[in-house]
This record gives sequence, C-alpha cells and structure tokens, in this order.
Amino acid sequence: MALTGLQIYKLLPGSSKNAEVKKHANCKECGFPTCLAFAMKLAQKQVELAQCPYVEEEAKSQLEESAAPPIRLITLTAHGRKLEVGHETVMFRHDKTFYHQPGLFVKVKDTQADAVDIAKAVNNYWVDYVGMCLALDGLAIEADGGDFAATVATIAPLAASPDAGGGHLILLTEDPTLAEAGLQAAKNIRPLLYAATPTNWQAMAKLAVQYKVPLVVATPKGSSLDDLANLADQVRAAGVEDIVLDPGVRDSRGSVQVLTQLRRLALKKNERRLGYPTLAFANNDPILAAQHIAKYAGFVLFDQFSPATIYPLLVTRSNIFTDPQKPIQVQPGIYEINNPKPTSPLMVTTNFSITYFAVANEVESSGVPSWLLVADAEGMSVLTAWAAGKFDAERIAKSINSTGIADKLNHKRLIIPGHVAVLMGELEEALPGWDIKVGPREAVDLPNYLKLVANS
Amino acid sequence: MIEIPLEKWTGKVREITLGATAAEGGTRTKTVTVGGETTLPFLEFEGSLPHATAIAIEVQDLPPTEWPTLLTEVWGEAMQNPGTWAKSAEARGADLIFLQFTAHDGLNADHAKKTVRQVLQATGLPLIVFGPGQADLDNDVLVAVAEEAKGERLLLGACEDKNYRTIVATALANGHLVNARSPMDVNLAKQLNILVSDMGLPLDRIIMDPTTGALGYGIEYGYSVMERQRLAALQGDNMLQQPMLVTPGEEAWRTKEARVGADMPTSWGDGVERAINWEVLTTSTLIQAGANIVVLRHPESVKRIKKQEFI
Ligand code: B12
Ligand code: SF4
Repeated sequence: MALTGLQIYKLLPGSSKNAEVKKHANCKECGFPTCLAFAMKLAQKQVELAQCPYVEEEAKSQLEESAAPPIRLITLTAHGRKLEVGHETVMFRHDKTFYHQPGLFVKVKDTQADAVDIAKAVNNYWVDYVGMCLALDGLAIEADGGDFAATVATIAPLAASPDAGGGHLILLTEDPTLAEAGLQAAKNIRPLLYAATPTNWQAMAKLAVQYKVPLVVATPKGSSLDDLANLADQVRAAGVEDIVLDPGVRDSRGSVQVLTQLRRLALKKNERRLGYPTLAFANNDPILAAQHIAKYAGFVLFDQFSPATIYPLLVTRSNIFTDPQKPIQVQPGIYEINNPKPTSPLMVTTNFSITYFAVANEVESSGVPSWLLVADAEGMSVLTAWAAGKFDAERIAKSINSTGIADKLNHKRLIIPGHVAVLMGELEEALPGWDIKVGPREAVDLPNYLKLVANS
Repeated sequence: MIEIPLEKWTGKVREITLGATAAEGGTRTKTVTVGGETTLPFLEFEGSLPHATAIAIEVQDLPPTEWPTLLTEVWGEAMQNPGTWAKSAEARGADLIFLQFTAHDGLNADHAKKTVRQVLQATGLPLIVFGPGQADLDNDVLVAVAEEAKGERLLLGACEDKNYRTIVATALANGHLVNARSPMDVNLAKQLNILVSDMGLPLDRIIMDPTTGALGYGIEYGYSVMERQRLAALQGDNMLQQPMLVTPGEEAWRTKEARVGADMPTSWGDGVERAINWEVLTTSTLIQAGANIVVLRHPESVKRIKKQEFI
C-alpha cells in the first residue's frame, strides 16, 4: 500500500524511538523545515527519500517498498537496444498518459521452415508515420518439436536495421532443458522467458535467476487470480524480481476483463503480488492485438507478419500511447521540398505533425519543387486550428511576413488548404498584392494539383 | 483471497430503440436497441451490457464520386439506386442503414422524399439519415425526410449546435430521434444534449455523436473523449447518458492509407488488406471506448467486426 504522509512521518527520525536518531528530528538537512513537511512531500512523490541522511534501515525498506511503482518496469535488451514495459500509473490515458508501449512480437515456431526469413523481415521492418519510425520489437520463438536452440541461435544475432527497433526475443517453452538451451543460444541478449507454470516453476525460476532474465508466470485456463498471485509470489521468493504475468485467458472478452482486473489490482489495491506487466496472445487476429494494445497488455504476441496488418497495428499503438497533453508538433517556419526555386509554388499549412507530414510527404512524392510554409497553429490540424482561431488570415499573414518568404520568391502566389477556402477573402485583405489560390481539400490530391500548377 | 476490485457505478447508459414496427406506428420489420450499459465495454463481471454494438452500413443518395475504387467495386451496380444499395447492405450484415445525402444540384425536398421512400421500401431495417453537413441543406433535406417517414423512429443527423432547432422540431413533430454531434469535447456534448432536450425531445430519443478521427489521424482524441463521456454516464451524469454513434467508415476511407491502393512502399503492404484493416481497427478501437453504433462502408469490415466474439 502506498503510505500516507502521516504513516511516512512515523518512520522518519522525528518519530524514532532511538535517541541517536531522534536527535536529528527537524534538523532541516532534507531542505524542509520539519520531518513532517518532508513526509508530506514524500507522500506526493515529489522528493527522494535519500535527501534525509538519518532514516533508519528498517524504515528505509518499508518506505522503499511503498514508493515502488505499482507495476514493475521490465527491461529486455538486444543489440544495444532496450525495450521497457510496465510502470503504468493510470487506467485511462486521459487521466495522465500511458508511458510504455507494449512490446509487439511476431511468433514463429522452431518447426517452421521460413522462421528465419520471417525473423529477418520482422527485424528489418519499419514504417514512417508522421516522421516517427515505427517498428516491431522482435520475435517470439516457440519450441514446437524442432531444433529450438539452433533456431534461437540463428535468429538471435540478426540485428535489426538501424531504423527499426526490433531484435528482442521471447523464448516460448515450458521445458526447462530446452529453455536453458535457448538462453545459452541467445547470446548477448536479455530475452523474456516464457513460462513458469504450476508444474515447472522451480526449474524455470532457477534459470531466470541464473541467466538474469525476466520470467513470465503463466497459469492455465480456468485458474483464478489467486493461483496467479501465489505462483508469482513463489517465483519471486525463489529470487526472480522481473516477472511478467499471463493469466491464461485467450478469448477477447475474457482477456479485456482479466487484464482490466490485473491493472486495477495493481493500481488501486496496490496488490504487490500482481504488480507486473502482462503478456497476451493475439494469434492471427489484428482486432485482438489492437484490443490488447489499448486494454492493458505489456507484451503482445502476433502470429503473422504482414505489413498490411502490422502497419495499422503500429499506428494504433502509437496513437494510444501519445501523451494526451501534448499534440505532436513540428517547428513552424519555411520547409524546402525538392530544392525549390524562386518560381516554385508556395503552400501554407499548420504545425500539427500529422498535418505537416501528410502534406510534406505528398509534396515530396510529387517531385515538384515547392516551398511549404508551416504556420504556428499551436499544434492543431487545419480545421481544428481554424475553428480555434489559430489558423486565420492574420496568423497566416504574420508567418508570411515574419519568415521573409517573399524574398525567396519571384511571385506572390499562396496556396491554402481546400478545407479553409473561406479564408480567401480575408487573406487577400491581410496580404495585399498576393494572389490566394485554394488547393485541394486532402493532401493525397496535391501531387496532381501541383503538376497542373507547375505546368500552367 | 484476492478480491476483484469492482467499480460501484451509479449511472446507466440510456436504452434507446431505433425504428418502429407496424404495431408501433412505422413499417420496419425489426427494431434495434442500443445502450443500457451499467459498466464499461465488455466488463460483465461488474455490470450488465444488454445490447451489442450495432453496425450501420452507409448508403448514399447518389453513387459516390469520391470513394476509392476498391470500395465502389464491392458494391458495384447496387450503388446506382439507394434502395438496391440498402438491400445489398442488409444482405451483407447491416443492423441499420445509414442513408447519407450528399450536396449536389438535384438535392431538394422531393429528391429527399423519394430517396427515403425507396430505402424504406427496399429494407425492413431501421434507418439513420444524415444531411450533407451544411446547415441550410441539412434543414431542407431532414425536414422533408422526417415528414415523409413520419412515425418510423429514424435517427436524424448530424444535429449540431448551429442547426439543432429545425432538426429537433421536425423530429419532435414526426416521431424521430436525433443524432447530436459535438466536436470532440465532453462539455460541448453535454451542452448540446441539454439544448436538444430543452426543446422537449425526450432523452430516450437522443443519440450523441462525439465525432471521431481515423486511425493515424486523430483517433486518440475521439477515443479519450468517448471514454470520458462513458465514465461520466456511469458516474451518474444524467445529461451524458446517451448511447454514442461514430462514423469510422467515413473517417477511415478518407485516409491516404485506405485510398492509395498498391503503389506504395512495401512497408505499407497489400492495398486492399491495408484499407480494410484501417477501417476495422479504427472501428474496433472505438468500440473499446464505448461506441454503441458504428457506421461502416466496406462489407468485409462489417464481417470482421461482427465475427469478433466481443460484439
Ligand atoms: C482531432 C480533432 C481535434 C483535436 C485536436 C487535434 C489537433 N492537435 O489538432 C481536439 C480534440 C483537441 C479538437 C478540438 C477542437 N475541435 Co476538432 N477535430 C478533430 C478532428 C476529429 C480531426 C482533425 C485532424 O487531426 N485531422 C487530420 C489532419 C491531418 O487533417 P488536416 O490538418 O485538415 O490536414 C489535411 C488537409 O487539410 C490537407 N492539408 C493540410 N494542409 C494543407 C495545405 C495545403 C496547401 C493543401 C492543399 C492541403 C492541406 O491535408 C491533410 C490530409 O489530407 C476533426 C474532425 C475530422 N474528422 O476531421 C475535428 C474538427 C476539425 N474540430 C472541430 C472543432 C470545432 C474543434 C473545437 C473548436 C471544438 C471546441 N470548441 O472545443 C476545438 C478547437 C481546439 C481548441 N479550442 O483547443 C471541427 C471544425 C469545424 C469546422 N469545419 O469549422 C471539426 C471539423 C469537427 C466537426 N465536424 O465539427 N479537435
Ligand atoms: S533531514 Fe529532514 S526528515 Fe531527516 S531528520 Fe532532518 S528534518 Fe527530519
């Protein structure tokens, strides 16, 4: 349980029964006038316990326990990259934000002839989404009666392309002997080991400790959360600190329910035995994968590698995990696309990332040299900004004038987004001498439009 | 013993029925009821979820000129007439028909009446009817439609703060429902519900429409506004307890990812599959946030959303 300020105060020097410690009470060395004031700050997690040099050892461990995050952060490493999962603090993204995107893994079997090809494709896959490089996290390799260690040994060294984020591994086997062979084959990688079950947990826990890897604790279908908590507790008592939970529920409705329950138990009840991220299987079903992304999985395993499915899933993940308090923005100013000349067309748009990249990508792919003026619309889309008064004639005129774009051109023609055609009249007034042209409504139609403009 | 933490919700989403059978003063062969939830989507362990999300398929008054081919080719000839299109939509699994009027020279009261009559005759499903989205045209079209289909319990939209009066008045006079649309803002949604109900329209005849963006194009804003509206409903805010309608089909098919087809970087994958996934994942994500009615465009998306056991 997280402690209240008063409970914390009872553990600080001011309340100590030990005279040696008690004598420091209210010494202000922590930067606060009293131990109580410091306790209050600690309760709000605004200061570090280490700021008080006199806390007793026993009190320290109690306080640290209470300060530990409700959902443990689990880290995998591979090829110098880290994947961090967990540490979530809210049930809904609007309450604050979701911090760590779930790891997205593609599952292959050691009996699959094309396992290595898929692994290469997964590791090299990335897609550009509003200037961000979205990628998968790696492979989950399942022991299915093939040569598990050899498959792991072949896939493990396949570094991801520099753009991609992949290269991580999850080893799927309940057989401790195979697990150990797999761990040995996954050299220089910190994979996730799946899984400790009610029957094999002792051997699996031993491996996790020995190889210093995080371990999934899995209970079979039909188990209760008590079973899961007890198993996790046993594994922890055996020395494994980095635990991931699989409650064994596979259907979509059931998994939303159980993952919600686990998240609530960790966040609202501070149930330490279940304070870990979860792992969920999506099989071949993108709808299920998207559900796991939105509703509380820490690792999502998907059975198929197909860019037409992976791309929208990666975008789903990116959207759900965007910080709701800050729209993703680009720097306002002049962007030169395809080496524009003084005769090249000039367009204006807003500095909302999604908007900017939608337009910039089209202009670029059109091959037409162009100037793109990005107005400061406080990170809003064209229509949102227009409706909020952040993309009006005055603001556009201001960015034309302040950037000095006119000096780079031998014409005074400005193309505005089709959605704000209504701005035309006002812009003609605000920018005397300029010819205002209304472009297409959607950026997809820009290449054709620009080619027409360029040829006219 | 681990005790599963339950939220003690005090509120309930209103149960609303679209369509009226002959016995109820209309001509529909079936009606569709949405809402009634006493907890968040899928969490039956702490409340009841009496009705699945209803799927509406969009049909337009004229064959659309701006839809990409891979969408128009699945409907083919059926699109030539809104009645045959609606019939085809029913055959492909629609629970509701969403009739969208578009802005064109032939758009007038007569055209609106004729079109809605055709659709009513072609299908027994309840209807949602939307104007082209320009206040004056919407008023003309929706008043004509409301009169022509008196007693059918149509859902009329989009009813926004700038045009709600005329639409609400005609809904009141002719026994219909309204779709109250606000631009992704909890307070604006509540305010519009209040304005509409202050005109005398009972709350069991108002669906709210928080607007939405497609995957990759602002869905996260709509998603969070929907979650907040649903939480407010469950926490007992009487004026936010309306079921929610969203239009993921329209939004998804506007995106580049759904429109461009094959001629793209290999990381974008197969064009058809990508486009359908775009619509499907936009939709399923909004269902997670509490959507009660989703309006879709591609029959394959309808099939996949329906197949989901969660719905
Ligand atoms: C997401 C969203 C929001 C988010 C903001 C996200 C952001 N950072 O901008 C939030 C929830 C905060 C929001 C708030 C509001 N919103 Co809003 N919002 C939307 C929504 C759903 C999507 C907008 C979006 O991101 N589109 C994607 C981007 C890429 O589109 P885009 O910028 O237009 O760019 C495209 C084209 O314009 C074109 N393009 C862009 N630049 C250029 C340049 C040239 C030269 C050319 C040719 C083309 C071109 O290419 C792009 C791709 O095709 C739309 C509805 C919808 N579905 O479209 C409503 C919408 C824009 N919002 C609207 C409104 C009214 C508001 C609010 C005023 C409501 C309110 N009172 O709270 C506020 C204003 C903000 C404020 N006061 O703080 C209205 C605007 C109505 C109108 N036509 O006047 C809309 C249309 C909803 C509606 N139907 O009512 N909104
Ligand atoms: S450092 Fe602060 S908390 Fe520690 S004993 Fe001194 S006043 Fe109390």
